[in-house]
Amino acid sequence: MNFIEFIKTALVALRLNVLRSVLTTLGIIIGVGSVIVMSAIGSGASLEIEKQIASLGTNQLTVFPGSMNVGGRQGGQGSAPPLTERDLRAVRDEVPGVAAAAGNLNGSVNVVIGNANWVTQVNGVSAEIQDVRGWPLEAGRFFDPVEALSGQKYVVIGSTVARALFNGVDPLGSTIRLNNVPFQVIGVLSSKGQAGGRDQDDVVMVPISTARSRLVGRIGTSDQIGQLLVKVDDRYDIEQVQQQLTTVLRERRRVQAGQQDNFIIRNFAEFLETRSATQRTLALLLASTAAISLIVGGIGIMNIMLVSVTERTREIGLRMAIGARSGDILGQFLTEAILLCLAGGLLGLTLGVGISVGVSTFFNWPVHISPGIVAIAILASGAVGVLFGYVPARRASQLNPIEALRYE
Amino acid sequence: MNAMLAPDAPVVAARKLSKVYRLGEQEVHALRDVSFEIGRGEFVAIMGPSGSGKSTLMNLIGALDTPTGGELHIGGSDISKLSSDELAALRNRTIGFVFQSFNLLARTSALNNVMLPLTYAHPRRADAQRIASERLTDVGLAQRMDHVPSQLSGGQQQRVAIARALVNSPSLILADEPTGALDTHTSEEILALFKKLNAEGLTIIIVTHEPDIAAHCKRLLRVRDGQLIEDKLL
Repeated sequence: MNFIEFIKTALVALRLNVLRSVLTTLGIIIGVGSVIVMSAIGSGASLEIEKQIASLGTNQLTVFPGSMNVGGRQGGQGSAPPLTERDLRAVRDEVPGVAAAAGNLNGSVNVVIGNANWVTQVNGVSAEIQDVRGWPLEAGRFFDPVEALSGQKYVVIGSTVARALFNGVDPLGSTIRLNNVPFQVIGVLSSKGQAGGRDQDDVVMVPISTARSRLVGRIGTSDQIGQLLVKVDDRYDIEQVQQQLTTVLRERRRVQAGQQDNFIIRNFAEFLETRSATQRTLALLLASTAAISLIVGGIGIMNIMLVSVTERTREIGLRMAIGARSGDILGQFLTEAILLCLAGGLLGLTLGVGISVGVSTFFNWPVHISPGIVAIAILASGAVGVLFGYVPARRASQLNPIEALRYE
Repeated sequence: MNAMLAPDAPVVAARKLSKVYRLGEQEVHALRDVSFEIGRGEFVAIMGPSGSGKSTLMNLIGALDTPTGGELHIGGSDISKLSSDELAALRNRTIGFVFQSFNLLARTSALNNVMLPLTYAHPRRADAQRIASERLTDVGLAQRMDHVPSQLSGGQQQRVAIARALVNSPSLILADEPTGALDTHTSEEILALFKKLNAEGLTIIIVTHEPDIAAHCKRLLRVRDGQLIEDKLL
């Protein structure tokens, strides 16, 4: 018998008892279906988080001043000397693979216009921040490098601030007071939404020099920078760029060999790695759930195949009498079991996809069905057919044709 | 296998054929030193009471079992030298089985039932369908090809089974009580069909315990207590 005949024969046998076939595969259907739904919801959620992280930038390095050890006393974070505009220029000019670098000096300000006021975060930034972060504007423009360094009192406001203070009125050209200093609104940022539980749009951006001298500067430092934001050129390895950045900064900040860095470089890729470890645990959990349900489903298949072999003993005897070899009988029953499992897998897949689409439509959850999971679900259900169909099929193929023909 | 058989060689040749079953400590001699030949075109009845070794002999001739002693040649092959796969191939090409209870696949059309042996012999599907419908026409069921067994009378079902036995052009038909489940009138019809096939040159062996049936054959082998006690032409 060839492969196509095996399949035809198996289909005929399965069709003769549709209800039983469906009930038999119910275990597989539910198992595969639930795995698909769980993984769709799980990877939908993690994709959403990944998207948020990507909006922060995965090819970015952030440098903070670290802690300083003075006479055995370890200071807290930020106790080391602040970063400066000169550090920024050095990073920009001396470290290969830096696509863009910008300084950032953050603080909190009280914003007032007329009788409306709003407390928000102020980011004093270099104009290059747009090359690093690439935050599109909804209206107006961003300040240019010259304005950023010359203390212009320009402000670009986030969409939350625009809504809170202007309430539909065009803010461009208006003057708002930040901590009682008048600033002219020259641009409005487009909305970025939530990230890590924080509203990214609740922010105002001013030139870093202005922030330093008027809003958040420490007394006595003329060119300090709170954080240094670096965008790494895609053609360079982020790890290598980070190493060279460390070398340049250690030299500039006079860190002796063998001494601890007095700055911290944070890398989003590291953050992603921690996350993918969590994801691996989740995937393992999912896989064991799937394995258990497939094994339970497989036992159901084996049970019903054993019943089927007993019921069809005479048919098996007849087939042997008219020329079926034991391999033909083995193949016939094995094909039946595999087809049952594959059909169950496909039905489960359909069910799982249906429920996932339903969940995404009605609950508005992000779902994502990866082709890998689909392929694994189908392959695994086929493998269950082979594994649990073998014992019944082997029993059928080892029947004695004389006794099988006489079986009542 | 058929091609290798000389035209005058016997279809079945048994020489000192023995079969011993072991039931625990006890040995049961189902057949002892049975020798006979059945030539091409013969029409033979094998008779004997139950427990006589008749069924054992039938299973051996049908290549469903192998002897424990002596030799048995079916269609020129010594069956004790064949593997189980080779025995299956021999049954497929050389022997056409007809059973008392027809043994048709339920809910399967007459045509597909007749085609069943061909699925183990690998002809092209179109050929298989043509051959199967020719055999059904031969047994007078040209109008019933799409009927399933439950839509057919007992006689018609046995005709389908005979068509199935004929479909691989076997060297011999081995019928086990072929009329046992049929009324007298239908039995006569089936026997007439066997006679017609025999007249066309087919070798037929009928295993029966009914003298009336055996009387239609041309030769009688009688078995008792595992031994061949009578071999006569009718």
